[in-house]
Amino acid sequence: MRKIITLTSMLVGFVFLTACSDNSPPTSTEKTRNTEKAKPAVAAKPVNYQGKVDQDIKRFRSFYSNKFPGVELDNFKDGIYAIDEATREQWLEIEEFPPYELSIDEGQEFFEIAFANGKSYADCFDNKGQAIRQNYPYFDNDSNQVITLELAINQCRKTNGETPLSYGQGELVAISAYMANSSRDQKFDIKVPNKAAYKAYMNGKQFFYSKRGQLNFSCADCHLKIAGSNLRADRLSPAIGHPTGMPVYRSAWGELGSIGHRYRECNKNVRAEPLAYQSEAYRNLEYYQTLMSNGLVVNGPSSRK
Amino acid sequence: MKKNLQVLAAITTYVCLMSASVLAEQAQDEQARNKQTVQNAELEKGKNIAFNRRKGNCLACHYIEGGTLMGNTGPGLIAMKQRFPEREKLVAQITDARTNNKNTFMPPFGAHGILTEQEVELVVDWLYTL
Ligand code: HEC
Ligand code: HEC
Repeated sequence: MRKIITLTSMLVGFVFLTACSDNSPPTSTEKTRNTEKAKPAVAAKPVNYQGKVDQDIKRFRSFYSNKFPGVELDNFKDGIYAIDEATREQWLEIEEFPPYELSIDEGQEFFEIAFANGKSYADCFDNKGQAIRQNYPYFDNDSNQVITLELAINQCRKTNGETPLSYGQGELVAISAYMANSSRDQKFDIKVPNKAAYKAYMNGKQFFYSKRGQLNFSCADCHLKIAGSNLRADRLSPAIGHPTGMPVYRSAWGELGSIGHRYRECNKNVRAEPLAYQSEAYRNLEYYQTLMSNGLVVNGPSSRK
Repeated sequence: MKKNLQVLAAITTYVCLMSASVLAEQAQDEQARNKQTVQNAELEKGKNIAFNRRKGNCLACHYIEGGTLMGNTGPGLIAMKQRFPEREKLVAQITDARTNNKNTFMPPFGAHGILTEQEVELVVDWLYTL
């Protein structure tokens, strides 16, 4: 029947979205040259996209620091355990001998195995793939799209003639966990270099605030508006810090899962059709979410109840 | 002899009438009892719809007497008769909570086909017992 009512309320944006249309003039040198003849005196002022996003980040943060005044900003990297004193101690103990430890070792093995052509993952990444998690996802100017770490892992395989791995759980996620682990304590530093990147950012932001599914929830309903409250027995995590601990080991899964795996689960929970792993919409969402967590440190992989 | 017969007839009539009225009374009782069980069964249905995770799952957000693992994002559902004297308002709240509060995040149970109209009515009947 009407199982999935995805788009009905997409238009009902959040107040923030009212500021999203961007009518700023084009800034590429070519366009400027074309208009020069007609109006030589008016030089197009370059738009500071990063500055706009930084404003958003500031507002986003102050929302959470007002909502959870006792929580240090840096601690939002701990997900639900940043705000849940009752389970935090227990979680810290679990993190001493974490259930994902073996996966990191496996990830390292996978990472180091040479491809058939003699190359390996280390050849595809800056700094041989060590301590770089904090730079993902980034906006790639050549292909005009957001590149997540997990997409980059498969791109690396493709360039080297290997078959791609499946996203979500398994070998690829173990590799991503190993790479995150080598990046612990590095601060997320995601950039919005130009208009196309800003568009991807806005697209992710819109996704975050749009109602979807038969149950008609937005990400923001659960992880912003009522973050910290209980839905049934689940306490809802704040959205700031969502990507920092990824991938996460969830007891319910019994293994590590990527952020995309979680996105699909949250979509299914509101009876919306989950999107494909690494679809453009999910990559833009991850870009937006990670920008909102800029400045927090990488602490993935991590465990969750 | 004739007198005896008359008395007998009178007695028979009396007994007949009496037992008939007792029977009628009994039947009435039974009907009432049946009605009560039907009503209870309907109320039970409403409660089940409300508690079922695949249906209302109202406990995700509301305190309701008799529930377990209750969420706390919505107001407790108590004293419904006093707080919702107009049935229509309550039906609207469940059919589409946006009619009462445009920024609500309570799911539009009727409008999105999560519950049928009949199911909403059953839930409302039951809510009035709280
Ligand atoms: C109906 C409520 C609901 C909605 C809507 C929802 N989520 Fe969630 N989400 C949860 C619950 C419950 C959890 C598990 C507890 C937790 O960590 O918050 C969760 C967990 C997560 C996590 C993992 C956090 C961690 O530290 O492991 C991420 C990331 C996330 N959600 C993102 C999203 C995004 C993005 C959307 C929108 C596409 C969304 N959620 C929509 C309820 C929801
Ligand atoms: C995801 C959360 C959620 C779920 C599930 C939910 N509600 Fe609500 N409900 C709310 C919130 C929040 C309010 C506060 C008013 C508003 O925002 O509409 C509310 C308000 C109400 C009210 C008005 C109470 C008052 O005191 O004004 C009633 C009645 C009600 N809900 C009944 C139900 C029933 C019955 C169900 C299940 C069929 C249900 N709700 C499921 C969140 C929820």
